[in-house]
Amino acid sequence: MSASLRLLRRALTSRPVPRPCRRLLSQGSASRQHLDALVKKDKVVVFMKGTPAQPMCGFSNAVVQILRMHGVENYAAYNVLEDQDLRQGIKNYSDWPTIPQVYLNGEFVGGCDILLQMHQNGDLVNELKKLGVRSALLDKDQGEDKKDKK
Amino acid sequence: MAAGLSVDVLREKLKQELEAELVEVEDTSANHCATSFKVLIVSPKFEGKPLLQRHRLVNSCLAEELKEIHAFEQKTLTPEQWAKENRK
Repeated sequence: MSASLRLLRRALTSRPVPRPCRRLLSQGSASRQHLDALVKKDKVVVFMKGTPAQPMCGFSNAVVQILRMHGVENYAAYNVLEDQDLRQGIKNYSDWPTIPQVYLNGEFVGGCDILLQMHQNGDLVNELKKLGVRSALLDKDQGEDKKDKK
Repeated sequence: MAAGLSVDVLREKLKQELEAELVEVEDTSANHCATSFKVLIVSPKFEGKPLLQRHRLVNSCLAEELKEIHAFEQKTLTPEQWAKENRK
């Protein structure tokens, strides 16, 4: 068997690099193009320290708790502590100096302070509605209204 | 650079550049080592600006300082909002 054929066969049978590994290796994790795709891939995207199951910072935790309150479960969360390029890259991308960062429908909405205020003034419910996500708080409120009427 | 950071320095800078009526700065770092801050800013410059733009205004005012600051919480109000809040 020729050497080139052996190489070809090896290439065909070798397994692809696992995804997380490939992401860490790629130089592109901080490129504008890559980040653009990342924030647009999901309706709700959060860049945070730690994971939703284990936030590593109080502000990131607050964002996770707010989303949980609204029943938003299917959001993409990226842990910037695992990728220094991503950590700096996302700050440059949004021209925002801090983590966490929240994106709705591909658009940067703010960090923890802003999300908290949007939660308090009702804006978050409306913004989620625009994405076709019904806030769990609405159902809760309605339930309480009904009780009040009776 | 980090040595230059203090509650007073931040307060004066914000007051001047944002023409703020009121600036309250609190050092929220664990041992007051000037790495975390919480600010309240009341400025007419915020009028007609959504929250994100207000925060961006503050961020650009403190662009240099924020490189050294670890955590930064901000509340940005117009004089009108501030008056309303105090009436409660």
